[in-house]
Amino acid sequence: MKSIQELQAIKEKMQKMINTRETTDDSDIRIVVGMATCGIAAGARPVLNKLSDEVLSRGLHHVKVIQTGCIGMCRYEPIVEVFVPGQEKVTYIHMTPEKAVRVINDHIVNGNVVQEYTVNKE
Amino acid sequence: MYRAHILVCGGTGCSSSNSKEIFAKFESELKAAGLDKEVKTIMTGCFGLCALGPVVVVYPEGAFYSQVKVEDVPEIVSEHLLKGRIVTRLLYKETVAETGIRSLSETNFYKKQHRVALKLCGVINPENIDEYIAYDGYQALAKVLTEMTPQEVIDVISKSGLRGRGGAGFPTGRKWQFARNSVSDKKYVCCNADEGDPGAFMDRSVLEGDPHAVIEAMAIAAYAIGSDQGYVYIRAEYPIAVQRLQIAIKQAREYGLLGKNIFGTDFNFDLDIRLGAGAFVCGEETALMTSIEGKRGEPRVRPPFPAVKGLFGQPTILNNVETYANVAQIILNGPEWFASMGTEKSKGTKVFALGGKITNTGLVEIPMGTTLREIVEDIGGGIPNGKKFKAAQTGGPSGGCIPASLIDTPIDYDNLLAIGSMMGSGGLIVMDEDTCMVDIAKFFLEFTVEESCGKCTPCRIGNKRLLEMLEKVTSGRATMEDLDKMEKLCHYIKENSLCGLGQTAPNPVLSTLRYFREEYEAHVRDKRCPAGVCKKLITYSIDPTKCIGCSKCARNCPVEAIHGEIKKPYTIDTSKCIKCGACIDQCRFKAISKK
Repeated sequence: MKSIQELQAIKEKMQKMINTRETTDDSDIRIVVGMATCGIAAGARPVLNKLSDEVLSRGLHHVKVIQTGCIGMCRYEPIVEVFVPGQEKVTYIHMTPEKAVRVINDHIVNGNVVQEYTVNKE
Repeated sequence: MYRAHILVCGGTGCSSSNSKEIFAKFESELKAAGLDKEVKTIMTGCFGLCALGPVVVVYPEGAFYSQVKVEDVPEIVSEHLLKGRIVTRLLYKETVAETGIRSLSETNFYKKQHRVALKLCGVINPENIDEYIAYDGYQALAKVLTEMTPQEVIDVISKSGLRGRGGAGFPTGRKWQFARNSVSDKKYVCCNADEGDPGAFMDRSVLEGDPHAVIEAMAIAAYAIGSDQGYVYIRAEYPIAVQRLQIAIKQAREYGLLGKNIFGTDFNFDLDIRLGAGAFVCGEETALMTSIEGKRGEPRVRPPFPAVKGLFGQPTILNNVETYANVAQIILNGPEWFASMGTEKSKGTKVFALGGKITNTGLVEIPMGTTLREIVEDIGGGIPNGKKFKAAQTGGPSGGCIPASLIDTPIDYDNLLAIGSMMGSGGLIVMDEDTCMVDIAKFFLEFTVEESCGKCTPCRIGNKRLLEMLEKVTSGRATMEDLDKMEKLCHYIKENSLCGLGQTAPNPVLSTLRYFREEYEAHVRDKRCPAGVCKKLITYSIDPTKCIGCSKCARNCPVEAIHGEIKKPYTIDTSKCIKCGACIDQCRFKAISKK
């Protein structure tokens, strides 16, 4: 270690990874993925992994990607719910990894709900 | 990138209840489920709640699983990690809420704690330096080397009010200043990890959970006093701590955080480990240094103090593990931050190893000034089996007992000294009404008699004689004059012993004599042990009105001291009885009593 810059580089690289280990608090945005049998069968796992990768690689500290069991609307799986504190829950349906990237980009980062993916459109 | 992290406690407590196998099982189960690329498993240091080990925490949810068995692992993997259903039956009870899981920081055990020295214990993988760096590791070292003069470092430490966590509470900044003022071309920085008090495991847990914090702080100390070589003196009985420290030193060397020209400056520092063979006296600073030099671990007269003439005759500072664990954070957060915690003369926090008759056995860190009641009743969860709190013992064999009447004393260095105990390194043993205070004093004195190095007479012979007097008391042969003699002898030993071991050895006797004299007197005058512990003073008897003559006690008596006829009250032959208590445990009618 010959410079502080080297130390900072390791710190930044690692911080993205350890973000997962911070406990959720009330001001965090929660992205919840339905990972019951129905969800998994419809392809929820790649969606979950994509969401998690995007959040970590973009260093979104205030966002937590969490899985849950069956949400109850199995025919719409994979389902992703987004809880932004102080706002109404948004439910995205028939998700894919590609759609997941757009949800992160438009909704989480820029605050625009991707209306065309939501359950309200059905 | 991993979407979830599984943290398995790898502290000594959880390791001894199989956490290593649990860790291996997680890895194999994740692999079998095809989740090993999505979920990361990490072995951490101690979480503190040792009574509920082995502990496993799963993030991002922060689900705190307690008393996990190897057989539970497949369920956690398939339910929680694959399907997202938290395994409620394994959750620590206090974290189960109607709406899912409650955060660990809201449970009684953690709520009143404030983690500074233990900040990263149970959070990072201690065997991965990158994780330490991610949590601001080595930032403080970078800051002092590039932005601060050695004197500024000492000023910050002095201003923070940090005092030695090994027990005596000497101001750390002042110690460093003495060593800095000593002129010499070779100086040493040492770390005392020879944690010898029975029931204390704070330093072990810090080294197991966050070894780099100690390495970084020692480098900072070396810069402050002008040293380039450090030694960590650690007990060989701490294999996990030793191994993790070795790994940490190796990684720090690879990164150039130990070695020559650290951060491109002209500061050099390297660190070596010296293993202690388990002699209690080697926790005393002069004996510790003698032992590092390769000689028999015996103390010597002070002055000269180590800051002037220490290891190999050179100026040396010796600080305790927990003291070092605070240093980097003081540098980064400022002395005002540290001084804002605690009481007027005792700043910051203190780690205690909570043990004895307490529900939540484990490791707790509290701001100075927290009362004993808060530790015992709130954090510790009270005394099990509905028993009453009788006393707490702090400071191990050098400390004393705090009686129930003083349970609201705010804990800090000066308050504890004033009531005849001492902070000590942080062992806190809780005792309930079944504990005999004379017996406790005897237990600690047996320990110090065994551990006395024998160099000076007051300690070697004085403590032995004191122990013999205590044995007279517990066997009912003592007179009231003996109690006064004991007290005199205690003071004599304290005043005349060479080192801290002898000077503090009579403390357990003195403090119990002070607060529980009536118990001593009951042993002497009435030949009675009020707590029913001292075997020579108790007799077992069967209440004929309660005994139904079932013969169960007689069948379980190992020495055939109980006789009688079926369906008639039995009797105990006290000349044969060895007072083992087996009959009491067996009797379903509470007919047997000891007095």
